[in-house]
Amino acid sequence: MKEFAGSSGLVLNEPLLFDRGKRGRCGMSLPRRDVDHFPVDEELEGRGPDFPDLAETEVVRHYTRLSTWNFGVDTGMYPLGSCTMKYNPKTNEKQAALAGFAGAHPLLPEELSQGALKMMFELERFLAEITGMDAVSLQPAAGAQGELAGMLVFHAYHGSKGRRRSKIIVPDTAHGTNPASAALCGFSPVKVGSNDRGVLSVEAVAAAMDEDTAGIMVTNPNTLGFFEENIRGIVDIVHAKGGLVYADGANMNAVLGMVSMGDIGIDVLHLNLHKTFSTPHGGGGPGAGPLCVRKHLEPFLPTPRIVEEGGSYRLASDFPLSIGKLHAFHGNVGIMIRAYSYILSLGPELKRVSQLAVLNANYLKEKLKTILHLAYDRPCMHECVFSDKLQAPLKISTLDMVKRLIDYGFHPPTIYFPLVVPGAIMIEPTETECKEELDLFVEAFREIVKEAGENPELLHNAPWRPKVRRLDETSAARNPRLTCAGVINGERKS
Amino acid sequence: MTYLPHTEEDISEMLQVIGASSLDELFSGVPEDCRMAGGLKLPGPVTEWELNDMMAALAKTMAVAPEYKVFLGAGSYHHYIPATISYLLGRSEFSTSYTPYQPEISQGTLQAVFEYQTFVSLLLGMDVANASLYDGASALAEGLLMAARVNGLKKVALSSLIHPSYRQVVRTYLQPAGFEIIELPHTPEGRTELAGLKSLEGLGAVAVQSPNFVGCMEDLAAAADLAHSTGALLVASFTEPLAFGLYRSPGSLGADICCGEGQSFGIAQSYGGPGLGMFACLKRYVRSMPGRLVGRTEDRDGKPGFVLTLATREQHIRREKATSNICTNSGLCAVTAAMYMASLGGSGLRELARLNYDKSEYLKNELRKAGFGIPFSAPTFNEFVVELPAGSQAVYHRLLDRKMVAGLPLCSFYPGMDDRYLLCVTETRTKMDMDELVSRLKADYPVA
Ligand SMILES: Cc1ncc(COP(=O)(O)O)c(C=O)c1O
Repeated sequence: MKEFAGSSGLVLNEPLLFDRGKRGRCGMSLPRRDVDHFPVDEELEGRGPDFPDLAETEVVRHYTRLSTWNFGVDTGMYPLGSCTMKYNPKTNEKQAALAGFAGAHPLLPEELSQGALKMMFELERFLAEITGMDAVSLQPAAGAQGELAGMLVFHAYHGSKGRRRSKIIVPDTAHGTNPASAALCGFSPVKVGSNDRGVLSVEAVAAAMDEDTAGIMVTNPNTLGFFEENIRGIVDIVHAKGGLVYADGANMNAVLGMVSMGDIGIDVLHLNLHKTFSTPHGGGGPGAGPLCVRKHLEPFLPTPRIVEEGGSYRLASDFPLSIGKLHAFHGNVGIMIRAYSYILSLGPELKRVSQLAVLNANYLKEKLKTILHLAYDRPCMHECVFSDKLQAPLKISTLDMVKRLIDYGFHPPTIYFPLVVPGAIMIEPTETECKEELDLFVEAFREIVKEAGENPELLHNAPWRPKVRRLDETSAARNPRLTCAGVINGERKS
Repeated sequence: MTYLPHTEEDISEMLQVIGASSLDELFSGVPEDCRMAGGLKLPGPVTEWELNDMMAALAKTMAVAPEYKVFLGAGSYHHYIPATISYLLGRSEFSTSYTPYQPEISQGTLQAVFEYQTFVSLLLGMDVANASLYDGASALAEGLLMAARVNGLKKVALSSLIHPSYRQVVRTYLQPAGFEIIELPHTPEGRTELAGLKSLEGLGAVAVQSPNFVGCMEDLAAAADLAHSTGALLVASFTEPLAFGLYRSPGSLGADICCGEGQSFGIAQSYGGPGLGMFACLKRYVRSMPGRLVGRTEDRDGKPGFVLTLATREQHIRREKATSNICTNSGLCAVTAAMYMASLGGSGLRELARLNYDKSEYLKNELRKAGFGIPFSAPTFNEFVVELPAGSQAVYHRLLDRKMVAGLPLCSFYPGMDDRYLLCVTETRTKMDMDELVSRLKADYPVA
């Protein structure tokens, strides 16, 4: 048997911070006091929170130990479908940390912040070129906020035509944020099913589209890993009834330099810089979800917009049709710097990123389809979706298999999503995995499928090797313990 | 740089397995009429070394410390960040992981966020805090949406001394859902005028920021009493959480929901983002909360561990009926803030907060002594408003030429504030910086 990365090693214990420390310690050099004390309003003055006092070594060791219980892209292959967990280049971290960017106040006068404004202006242009759209706002702080911005644009567009539409078409393969974002704008999502090829048909959309429907949200390529091949027909139907077409661009990693979303008639699209453009996901953010629109919708973009005049840049807010502001300042600039650096580093070679992402996904699909049930047996884009259908008779579930994958040193794929494939195993390898790593992943799955027949308990009780085993999520939700016990109600010991 | 590991040999072997003759053929699923015409018109590719030069040139144009003395706050604060924090954030096990959907291999993030939730609850005097929202502005919008879920009322009162951008974001989020938004005026001493609340009917929430946009501490206890007497929830907003190292927490004064910006806690200003939406509430409202929550539990062997919990509130389960659309949040910023709070500790936090207060009081005092106006009399934390004599725009620009940013001109935010400036003094401003600012202002206004 091959040697897999997940063989066990030294795992250190580490208590909660609140069980550490001693009054009077401090883990930070306190700045010099060069002024006197001034009286404080007695009624307003408090005692300050009862945080533990910790030494610098305690803090450093605490977080270093915690970090070793985590699995990141730098630790190993992370084929989480729909999340594009590609390698995060280290030079981008360095650029974002440059004092001129990291130390800049967002309300500096424009003449003293030209570098950041220029970077943002150019990033907008790059993203417009990549998507084929005309205008971009970098303000949304993540994909879901980009979707919200897009739905607000729908709402404002219809409002500008003096009408209010109450419904929106959302395919059954859509990510949960799509219906949730639409609902925030008062739209009721109307679900449309995909056909036996895993895509939307023109007929299904035509049946759902009417003059009370604001438009459609399509993820393209969709979450089954297929390009919505009928998109032009769908666009025509929606436009003919006065609707707009929104594209969730979370899966743009499949079609960089291959498809121009503007040319195929998409009106509004969001990107996830923390997916396609390699910014690290941070264990749950921060990300950035730029909104791209075609010309006719530019007046609705969030403000302020960045305007260039004779080589200098300023922020402009005089757009009366704008949906308004979404962020306290200009969005997640630190994330934009990383994405900008990434795009400059690859340039037109971004096309190759998509080619190799699709190559990797199809390679895995071919290699795995002999042992796992492939939901749709046809060429895929950047990801492919399997299920536990073949293992179900052995009473082995998707969850069992992917938990066992952890023992082999791989992060599990996305599971039980999209909802249309029961027991889904959604695999997105991304372009930054090399062939040897993919082969090892296939081999791990092969071992697991073998174990499923020979020793199912091995899977039912997996994983065996991480710091903790399967956790009791039911009791966590039934009796939520969301803060350190005894700390919040003032019963902290010592 | 390409970050692409494939050799030509790999590619042809893989294509053979797939049964395709070329990379292009892999895209047969994309109809011809959907293909992009021509290649991408982008600059590059550049080498790592070229990139360094390009980015350094852009960064060089930005006015930052130590070259510039910046007295700006207004929602983004310049605080010292200890070396330990950037060093620990370099542990890419934290930064290169996804949202912790697989708890067995995400215990690092989960425990760090659980501890963050505890820190924030303690800081704000609330029962529970979530794992973060995007920033202070969207956190306020989410707080108001949450209040409406709790009591079913879509009418909210917003203090006009809430950060102007936050109020704009609230309008963006709330208006399409048909909310009625009422703005509360402010008093001459720099606090929200609460008297009008009594006559408002069907009010779901009252939102007040403390310290507020002009730096003053609000009377949150009075706001809470008034809100509760009309059946509304008090949503307490903030932009400078360090203030709660000195002043009483919003929770202890009766807030039901607390939401604000956590950038002050070890997060670089980065021209305004990413920041950290801190969000906390009373326990009885937890099931209406937006965002992710980490909870403590046990594994199969009875070992303690952590998981994401109460997920039935969230979009991936509940879809259009979710409490929020949020998915990716500000996880790494939450961990950063926890590292910062751990580094300071309770004693350090109190001392640092006091230092911010004393320094800003020093500048306020010196300006007053020099004859400049301090229009608002309510107590402040590390920001306050100064009123300069007429013609202040030219003076402000002369100071910029001398590499001093003398606060934020309030003229574009409130009518009648043409010569008022919001000044911020954190621990990073020295007595010497402040003395220099006062003497330059004096030199520009010989008569003052
Ligand atoms: C298809 C799709 N759409 C939207 C989103 C939401 O993006 P974010 O998490 O940045 O809000 C995701 C993220 O998981 C996604 O996979």
